[in-house]
Amino acid sequence: MAKQSIVPFGPQHPVLPEPVHLDLVLEDETVVKAVPSIGFVHRGLEKLVELKDFKQYVYIAERVCGICSFGHGLGYCQCVEDIMGVEAPRRAAYLRTIWMEMSRVHSHLLWLGLLADALGFESLFMQSWRLREKILDMFDLTTGGRIIFSVNCIGGVLKDMDSGMLVQISRTVDEIERELRPVADTFLRDVTVGSRLNGLGVLSAEDAKGMGAVGPMLRASGVPYDSRLTGYAAYGDLSVEPITATAGDSMARCEVRIREIYQSFRLIREAIAKIPQGDIAVPVKGNPNGESFMRIEQPRGEAIYYVKANGTKFLDRFRLRTPTTSNIPPMLDLLRGCQLADVALLILTIDPCISCTER
Amino acid sequence: MDQWKFTPFLHTALKNLFSRPDTVAYPFKPAVYPDRMRGHVVIQIEDCISCGLCARSCPPGALRVDRAAGTWTISRFDCVQCGSCVNACPKKCLAIVPGYTTPDGEKHTETFTRPPKPDAAPAQPKPAAAPAQPKPAAAPEQAQ
Repeated sequence: MAKQSIVPFGPQHPVLPEPVHLDLVLEDETVVKAVPSIGFVHRGLEKLVELKDFKQYVYIAERVCGICSFGHGLGYCQCVEDIMGVEAPRRAAYLRTIWMEMSRVHSHLLWLGLLADALGFESLFMQSWRLREKILDMFDLTTGGRIIFSVNCIGGVLKDMDSGMLVQISRTVDEIERELRPVADTFLRDVTVGSRLNGLGVLSAEDAKGMGAVGPMLRASGVPYDSRLTGYAAYGDLSVEPITATAGDSMARCEVRIREIYQSFRLIREAIAKIPQGDIAVPVKGNPNGESFMRIEQPRGEAIYYVKANGTKFLDRFRLRTPTTSNIPPMLDLLRGCQLADVALLILTIDPCISCTER
Repeated sequence: MDQWKFTPFLHTALKNLFSRPDTVAYPFKPAVYPDRMRGHVVIQIEDCISCGLCARSCPPGALRVDRAAGTWTISRFDCVQCGSCVNACPKKCLAIVPGYTTPDGEKHTETFTRPPKPDAAPAQPKPAAAPAQPKPAAAPEQAQ
């Protein structure tokens, strides 16, 4: 047996902008075990629910993460609306769906850029983020913010989109779709990219289900599970099909995310075509009393929201299970047996969001 | 391997060499903000009634309202531009406008004072105001 040594990975690492720490137990260059430790960006946001009233907390919930911010606000609002027996107007549901799908595009393009950066393909990284910038401009136009949107409220949304904005989003989506083709082709067909991703970190469907993988990580292993099928917001009116792949390796995870970007384009167009006229919010009176549980499909996977209220304006408990929390156990399984040089790439393929995980 | 390509990115890379930059040449060209951009909070202090709803709705606690002095104070460093105060204001005298505030090396606050109303000015020298003053002073005496 070769001599074992422990190499610390992170919390500051050139590949990942976020602080995750792993102790890698190595035998020569092969990882035999990875021990994670998190807690470097814990901010106690769940505890804040006891100090801020339930309407103020919308703004805090969306600051859990900079990429999934819209989804966090949406999940929290839907929980409180469920407790209070309030239903957001249909137009608000459609607007939420459009923003949610735009978030998915922006998250996946960000991930593609990070992947290209990890591969050392700087030009591809720049191209991915150039396309992402167009979606951020649309967020800026419609919500007033590029990352933090502050448009969700209990009972609907705060800002409407006029027909000009909807047309502009539609045009931008067409433009990104056209420009994404050579970028996507490079990720999926280029020999150098393929040589790094093909066959790396294979996760079987049984292991993915057994270890609780979610999102693209689960679907890349061939499990057709997508929380959008539950029909929250306006997803019930749209045709959502889970995007799956069968290989379960890093290339399959990349492929699923790229195909999900195209799916999001289709859903945005469909939502714009079907969006009804009407109010964007209903008035909410009183305080919530009861508890609710909600699951939504964030770009990185299924996120679970739990709210417990006691009849006052301060909630008893807000709990959030983020997709990265679920994807860490399968990630550790993938790391076992891989080469040290592939560790960064494998961590990246789960699309980790440490900021969400630690809240 | 027939599906694999050796240079699928070549066309994009060559195009990049001869295309203009995609970024804005700031600060040589001005930054353009959309109308809805949440830059900073401004107040129309003349319309403020010092109700304090904005301060109560502010998640980071960046606002302070002094009803007696007629002041509205904002800590620019604490403000997160969420717009909660703008939605809460009953007089609609608050607004979020495009453009960022200038950066600074230390925390500071900005205070706006409501100007006295023109018709309220002659009310100050009323003789009735004089006997009203000892009343608060009398209350602590009773308490003692």
